[in-house]
Amino acid sequence: MPAVSKGDGMRGLAVFISDIRNCKSKEAEIKRINKELANIRSKFKGDKALDGYSKKKYVCKLLFIFLLGHDIDFGHMEAVNLLSSNKYTEKQIGYLFISVLVNSNSELIRLINNAIKNDLASRNPTFMCLSLHCIANVGSREMAEAFASEIPRILVAGDTMDSVKQSAALCLLRLYKTSPDLVPMGEWTSRVVHLLNDQHMGVVTAAVSLITCLCRKNPEDFKTCVSLAVSRLSRIVSSASTDLQDYTYYFVPAPWLSVKLLRLLQCYPPPEDAAVKGRLVECLETILNKAQEPPKSKKVQHSNAKNAILFEAISLIIHYDSEPNLLVRACNQLGQFLQHRETNLRYLALESMCTLASSEFSHEAVKTHIETVINALKTERDVSVRQRAADLLYAMCDRTNAKQIVSEMLSYLETADYSIREEIVLKVAILAEKYAVDYSWYVDTILNLIRIAGDYVSEEVWYRVIQIVINRDDVQGYAAKTVFEALQAPACHENMVKVGGYILGEFGNLIAGDPRSSPLVQFNLLHSKFHLCSVSTRALLLSTYIKFINLFPETKPTIQDVLRSDSQIRNADVELQQRAVEYLKLSSIASTDVLATVLEEMPPFPERESSILAKLKKKKGPGVVSELEEGKKDSNSEINGGVEPTTSTASTPSPSADLLGLRSTPITGSAVPSTGNLLVDVFSDTPSATASVAPGAEENFLRFVCKNNGVLFENQLLQIGVKSEFRQNLGRMYLFYGNKTSVQFQSFTPTLNIQTKPVDPVVEGGAQVQQVLNIECLADFDEPPMINIKFRYGGTLQNITLKLPITINKFFQATEMPSQDFFQRWKQLSLPQQEAQKIFKANHAMDSEVTKAKLLGFGTALLENVDPNPDNFVGAGIIQTKTIQVGCLLRLEPNIQAQMYRLTLRTSKETVSKHLCELLSKQF
Amino acid sequence: MPLGRQMQFMLLFSRQGKLRLQKWYVPLSDKEKKKITRELVQTVLARKPKMCSFLEWRDLKIVYKRYASLYFCWAIEDQDNELITLEIIHRYVELLDKYFGSVCELDIIFNFEKAYFILDEFLLGGEVQETSKKNVLKAIEQADLLQEDAKEAETPRSVLEEIGLT
Repeated sequence: MPAVSKGDGMRGLAVFISDIRNCKSKEAEIKRINKELANIRSKFKGDKALDGYSKKKYVCKLLFIFLLGHDIDFGHMEAVNLLSSNKYTEKQIGYLFISVLVNSNSELIRLINNAIKNDLASRNPTFMCLSLHCIANVGSREMAEAFASEIPRILVAGDTMDSVKQSAALCLLRLYKTSPDLVPMGEWTSRVVHLLNDQHMGVVTAAVSLITCLCRKNPEDFKTCVSLAVSRLSRIVSSASTDLQDYTYYFVPAPWLSVKLLRLLQCYPPPEDAAVKGRLVECLETILNKAQEPPKSKKVQHSNAKNAILFEAISLIIHYDSEPNLLVRACNQLGQFLQHRETNLRYLALESMCTLASSEFSHEAVKTHIETVINALKTERDVSVRQRAADLLYAMCDRTNAKQIVSEMLSYLETADYSIREEIVLKVAILAEKYAVDYSWYVDTILNLIRIAGDYVSEEVWYRVIQIVINRDDVQGYAAKTVFEALQAPACHENMVKVGGYILGEFGNLIAGDPRSSPLVQFNLLHSKFHLCSVSTRALLLSTYIKFINLFPETKPTIQDVLRSDSQIRNADVELQQRAVEYLKLSSIASTDVLATVLEEMPPFPERESSILAKLKKKKGPGVVSELEEGKKDSNSEINGGVEPTTSTASTPSPSADLLGLRSTPITGSAVPSTGNLLVDVFSDTPSATASVAPGAEENFLRFVCKNNGVLFENQLLQIGVKSEFRQNLGRMYLFYGNKTSVQFQSFTPTLNIQTKPVDPVVEGGAQVQQVLNIECLADFDEPPMINIKFRYGGTLQNITLKLPITINKFFQATEMPSQDFFQRWKQLSLPQQEAQKIFKANHAMDSEVTKAKLLGFGTALLENVDPNPDNFVGAGIIQTKTIQVGCLLRLEPNIQAQMYRLTLRTSKETVSKHLCELLSKQF
Repeated sequence: MPLGRQMQFMLLFSRQGKLRLQKWYVPLSDKEKKKITRELVQTVLARKPKMCSFLEWRDLKIVYKRYASLYFCWAIEDQDNELITLEIIHRYVELLDKYFGSVCELDIIFNFEKAYFILDEFLLGGEVQETSKKNVLKAIEQADLLQEDAKEAETPRSVLEEIGLT
């Protein structure tokens, strides 16, 4: 039974709750609930109309059952009925039910809105507040549509009660957040700003939240609020601790309102008006001064409220970043908190100092606390606090303290919580690279990272060390020596083997003069790890081995033996087997010159954003890191071309696509007559497209003549995969755009003129987006449609133009026919222009199975027993277009001795014969 | 730019992990709500008494405080003020305490609807609406008065109702 039963206390409800509490088991509870649900259902369905009280009680029970975690699928109608009750408590329960169990049922929303409308118009403040609460709680678009223009009126009307104004302000805020487009700006907005002057503190408290939100969206329109906010804040800050009566909280005047006002001011730069600015600075100083005064109460509520204002004031000071005096005072204040006995304050001080560290005015002041922060990293008992300490060390790091901070972080790593190890690894790697004065320190640091926390060293980190070693010849010898030493350890992390393998493969020669690290010693050392490693590492090591054969000819016999052994050359893994076979062959047939060319030292990597930094950004969200980077950029410019933070810009997608005029004379510029289908002219929109087709794309394109799926394009950033299917004169193509980097692509716009589903303009790092094209072949054609892809990667615009792998043979319908039919048709197509013939050299091994597969992929039927020579291939098919059909016969005669083919095509249309012959001849 | 920082949701649960009150200020599916609740209750209960009252969780900040057998737990956004949120919790507890007269978990269980009404008067749409204890309770008590009036006007409940059989 309840200790206190206030108000009316629905007895039936209390009994039910007691019953539930007395249930000994989950099963018993469920049984009791089901019984109750059945009871309520029957009451709701019963013939006897329920009175308001019963309805309220049952609705309340349903609510209770819902809160226990059970689904409720009825009772909404009864709740809606309660809304129109004129008894306050019934209405109230009805609204509560709606607020907690929002239902998207549009029928119901209309009824709810009706009830709300009536209550808003009732002029009864309690009813008005209830309905406003409901809108604020549900905040759906339908409600915004219904009330977004009404509520501003209520808010600024002269005769509106204060409590209604408060609810109206926050209700409007909620609607503005969900549907800003539906809230009309107008005359009311200027009057809202003046609520900052309202006599009622509650009204100001509610209104500031609304005003802050409006300011963020339209700073210019609401500029006047700055001076009003400053004077309001000033009045609060300078008031005696009892002036504000019930708005004073544990001797702190209006803490919530103060925090909100300080937050509002953070929407703007420092005030231009000197008087306003002076007043504000005075306020901020007063707040800082108060922090030094002895507390007016020992209660934690007092200090929390006071410090809440202090921290918000510091945020504002950091936001302005223009008052050195205030910044340094803020920093000192936070410094005191770093050693406070309250864990909460230590946590917040570390967090807040992180942002101070990026200001040029306070960076040095923050640095003076380094020992305290290091101590926090070592001794704090709460991992969330240690995490803040690590963040702060990262933020305060510069060239002067990098070695100390990196070494502290490294030693912390040995005992760090698993949850934050990866992040610490990334931070150490970034700092080491950024502040490396000599690169041997950098190499040592990264190898230490691998040694201490190998499992948490992501690919990005060890790729990066290799990139840097390759790009800087002054560190290569040292790197080779160090990895060689590190690999001596009996158990070393696989990542160490990877880095070691790669670096020795490139620069092992630099230490080969020392007999202790002679070529064979190096090889044996690496090979002793080989069997413990995963496939990918072993693959890497095999490449190291072939590089060794080039670097050190004397190792050739040993390495060839290894490559030749069954465990390599017959390895179950295709990749390993292939590498073994190819490297073995390469090493035995290639001359020294060829070998030296093929296995030349890797060229320097292009400098771009550090992949590690990108990864950390991804982990922490873009804002956090770039803020830190921005502040420190100046100090690191000389190293590695700097690490530029990327800024995000989004743009609207224009996934218009241009596909398939599919006419044989494309360059007319006139659009295909609209046939009401999906297709639009490809050529009129991209006249210059062919000029700049991406390199290597032509080869890829040709590979799609005989197949429908595969990778159409790939470079370092982007991979485009294709899946397509064709039937008669129709086709569907799926394009998959894969981002191979860890950085977002922005403004991603593949352009064709076809109706396709829009493509998201942002492709996240490592993510793939898909685009579907529907294709119809209107007439026969030679030139494939083009696609142009533009996107932003980092700061630069990438622009790629490709031929879409849609060729006329895709619309083949295979045709089976007996021998005599074939010859009969062959003879019918005997006009010289109907035939196209080509004799060409084989580019691939002349395997009849492969040839068959290609011809089938080309789309024709393969006709057996037609050609008297069994080595020859004969095929037939009909090309289906919307306007015409073109019958095709083909004959392919391989000549193994000469390694040549003769291909003959006969179709009813000259251009088609030529084009097909052209396409197919490039396939063998 | 985000349109505004605000509270995301509030959970009130017992030391045994039983949810007593929940309030969501952002639209989420029931499934997502249940998942969040489960994860968060577990995380908070696993924390030791002396630990700090704030924790990063997903991309939110959680501010929590324990009062007797109950955990009050608020989710706010990254840039929000943790300490003031901690005092929001305290002010809410004070409001409950004043209304029920030294509040205990049972009060909240049996009068959950009142706990909701008080919350709505104090915080609306995730923002502080009225911080004056007097004003909040005035609004609630007014409603109770309306209720009493209504009750007196009604006919006595049946005996069956009194023993909870309807």
